[in-house]
Amino acid sequence: MSNLISKYLPLFTDKEVPYTVQARPDTGLYSAKLGIWLFLASEVMLFGGLFSAYIFLRIGAEPGYWPSGLLNVPVGTMNTAILIISSVTVVFAWAALKMRQLGKYRLYMLITILCGAIFLTVKLSYEWPAKFNHFGAFIKKESASKYEAFLGNKHLEATGQSPRWEITGHLLDAPKGSSYAHQAERNAEHFAHETGRHDAVTPAEDDYVIQVDAVNANPSDKDNDRPHFWPRETSTTLAVISAKDVESASVFAPRHSTYFATYFLITGLHGLHVLGGILVFLYLWLPFPGGTGLYKTNPEHLANRVEIAGLFWHFVDLVWIFVFPIFYLL
Amino acid sequence: MSTTAIADTGHHNAAGEHGHGDHHHPELGFLQRWVFSTDHKVIGLQYAVTGLSFLFFGFLLMLVMRWQLASPGQPVPVVGAFLRSVFGQTVMTDAGALTAAGYNVFGAMHGTIMVFFGIVPVAVAGFGNFVVPLQIGAPDMAFPKLNMASFWCFFTSCVIMTGSFFVPGSAAKSGWTAYPPLAGIADLEGGNLWLNGQTIWLIAMVFNITGSLLGSINFITTIIQLRAPGLTWMRLPFFVWAQFVTAFLLVLAFPPLEAAGFMQLTDRVLGTSFFMPTGLMVGQSVAQTWSGGGSPILWQHLFWFLAHPEVYVLILPAIGIVSEVVANNTRKPLHGYKAMVYSVFVLGFLSFIVWAHHMYMTGMGAKVAAFFQVTTIMISVPSVILLTSLLMSLWGGSIRFNTPMLFATAFLPMFGLGGLTGIPLAFNAVDLFLHDTYYVIGHFHYVVAPGTIFGLFAGVYFWYPKVTGRKMSEFLGRVHFWGSLITINGVFFPMFLQGMAGVHRRWYDGGVTYEQLAGPVLHWNKVMTVSAGLLALFQLVFIWNFFTSWKLGQKVGRNPWDATTLDWDTPTPPPHGNFDKPLMVYRGPYEYSVPGHPTDFIPQTEKV
Repeated sequence: MSNLISKYLPLFTDKEVPYTVQARPDTGLYSAKLGIWLFLASEVMLFGGLFSAYIFLRIGAEPGYWPSGLLNVPVGTMNTAILIISSVTVVFAWAALKMRQLGKYRLYMLITILCGAIFLTVKLSYEWPAKFNHFGAFIKKESASKYEAFLGNKHLEATGQSPRWEITGHLLDAPKGSSYAHQAERNAEHFAHETGRHDAVTPAEDDYVIQVDAVNANPSDKDNDRPHFWPRETSTTLAVISAKDVESASVFAPRHSTYFATYFLITGLHGLHVLGGILVFLYLWLPFPGGTGLYKTNPEHLANRVEIAGLFWHFVDLVWIFVFPIFYLL
Repeated sequence: MSTTAIADTGHHNAAGEHGHGDHHHPELGFLQRWVFSTDHKVIGLQYAVTGLSFLFFGFLLMLVMRWQLASPGQPVPVVGAFLRSVFGQTVMTDAGALTAAGYNVFGAMHGTIMVFFGIVPVAVAGFGNFVVPLQIGAPDMAFPKLNMASFWCFFTSCVIMTGSFFVPGSAAKSGWTAYPPLAGIADLEGGNLWLNGQTIWLIAMVFNITGSLLGSINFITTIIQLRAPGLTWMRLPFFVWAQFVTAFLLVLAFPPLEAAGFMQLTDRVLGTSFFMPTGLMVGQSVAQTWSGGGSPILWQHLFWFLAHPEVYVLILPAIGIVSEVVANNTRKPLHGYKAMVYSVFVLGFLSFIVWAHHMYMTGMGAKVAAFFQVTTIMISVPSVILLTSLLMSLWGGSIRFNTPMLFATAFLPMFGLGGLTGIPLAFNAVDLFLHDTYYVIGHFHYVVAPGTIFGLFAGVYFWYPKVTGRKMSEFLGRVHFWGSLITINGVFFPMFLQGMAGVHRRWYDGGVTYEQLAGPVLHWNKVMTVSAGLLALFQLVFIWNFFTSWKLGQKVGRNPWDATTLDWDTPTPPPHGNFDKPLMVYRGPYEYSVPGHPTDFIPQTEKV
């Protein structure tokens, strides 16, 4: 591979351009540092645009259509801590390199990479799949009174809160021809296994049966009006909803609502940036000629590269510091 | 061969810097020298040639549209059948006439191509890449490999955008502005969520924007870090200042559009509702459903947040080129250089807070509208300072009217007309009548067509000898100039008349349906179409001149225009590393006609 690179791009090691490693005296910067700060400025505008969209859409959302409390806060907190730790370790890695301690550099860099990998794994193998397995049906306003037992709008109105129009939980039975039929079947089996009940699947072909979340099981309970740190178990109450009373229904996917659209787009784009950072760190950690291989010939250049990558990583961490409170806590 | 590469790295000392003469690269093959080069001059030419090709293609699209406007429903003469076979049945009828959908395709793609695939690559990336490192005395851009990556990212976007013409339903047809909900549902009737015009447009734009961002980072870093010793900020040629501000506009303004592009993409393929409002009724079945809750206005904000700074991206490099050509051909320094520098920064800053003047008709309320009206009027001040400084630079000059100077001089009143016609549009009360009419089209085309494009022509004629060692033909240049100047006014001036009479944009029947409203001004359609056709013929003169002068043009030395700036101090063509001597700058950029000096120009490197 590096053979190919050196064959087709011999200017890879072009050192004619000054200030690639040494700083320019009047600016005090080597060029790549300026470059990465400019790149981060553009990234601020990118995520800024996305967060502005979030604000715009949230302010403009009709009451009852912008959920909260649907994300797993303890898991999010842990992920936040993992990213912060990785930001610290990347600085230790850079410092070790500046002090020419190769062993320490490799250790801290490895920890950084592992932290990033854990973050992504938690997101992609736990958080997101859990969303795709969670279902929500928005009830038409004119039919809402039929489902008062699950929506609790009288209580919400009496206490001056926004109305609730959605019933969420695990889908156990879907209307005929629904794309969620497979998921419903699986969940129904699981439900039967867990509770021994077999009333999940109804003979009617045009209704949704949802094993509702705690908040829909007791919607008028004052305890359900406040956010909870620990996620609560899905109840064993079943809601049978006729398809004609449903305005829209889907799993917690981007199409579900503007809330999830924004959530998945921002965390997805953030995740891609985490992946990008991991790949760059891997390249700098493995003995590639541009990575640890550079230590022998030009350790300062390698230190600069680690610094640049570290700056990018700090930015990625900073974005998450915004994502976490906005989506998980608010 | 890998040993050769390693031996090369062995050359380089740990500090990474050494003189230009004392290292050698292995002999580069064709691919490395001309295709995957990291040399800014090659990359600049790659951008310029690609961009000029797209400019011509966008022009051809407009010619077909103009035919349709002048002779609605008539088959396009001569090439009708050919167009039908190339573009397919969505765009052209069997008889070879443009369909309504086809008019929308050509309209949307004309705008997209001219802005993002024509002007920006030529003016910013083409001229910028070639000239800026030369003018600041640098051996290359700060990040040569990133430069190459930017070009290939851009080229990928070109391939994808061109490819969008050949998917079922043809290319994007929802305007270059791609407003949802129309752009959210457009082209989804075919059933394929990915292989349709609008989706592919969005993907191509993401690549284009990414390439642009990487390039702009390169420009800013290069200008800050790689100026030659002695080249202080206020000794920079104005072209460099213009490119510097342009790069900042691109870096900061493009990302929100990229974000919006992702959002519209997920709206189309994943069924999100960022821009799809609740309760939308669609008149035909489309292959997607939406939950609603989105806001079409959100798209407009994100789009125009980029697109307004984008128009300054389109004009500033041209103003930079015109400044260079004017100073050189008047044989005197630019008037008000300092004022121009400050103005271009103020312009850049203000350009971020005027965007909603494109959205006056969205019901924003008087207070918000007042804010944007004020900032929009304010932004005319630095623009006028720039134009006035250039005009006053002509005063008392010993003017040489060679072809570059003809184009540069014509730029001034043309840009003036474009700018002045923008003033009424700044007021929402006037915009009520002029929004979405041909008046707007006339206004912005005056700025970009006889404005920017004339500036680019000036640049081509001016720097051609530096690239090739030969001058383009003066005679053909004059034919090109006069022909273009007259016909381009014939195309765009009547648009003001039509617009004020109420003729709307994007009407594919030329206004025939609104005969009662627009009757008296519709005859101008024929005038404009004939002018456009003639304009095309004069561009053929330019293309002929461009290609034949490469081999047959008058041979010249390294400084044929007797210019002062560093770009004329290199050998022709500039070799890898650009300069054949160590550089030290002692003077400002426009030391022309200095009293007491034997010659009427003093290069920046001449000792005091």
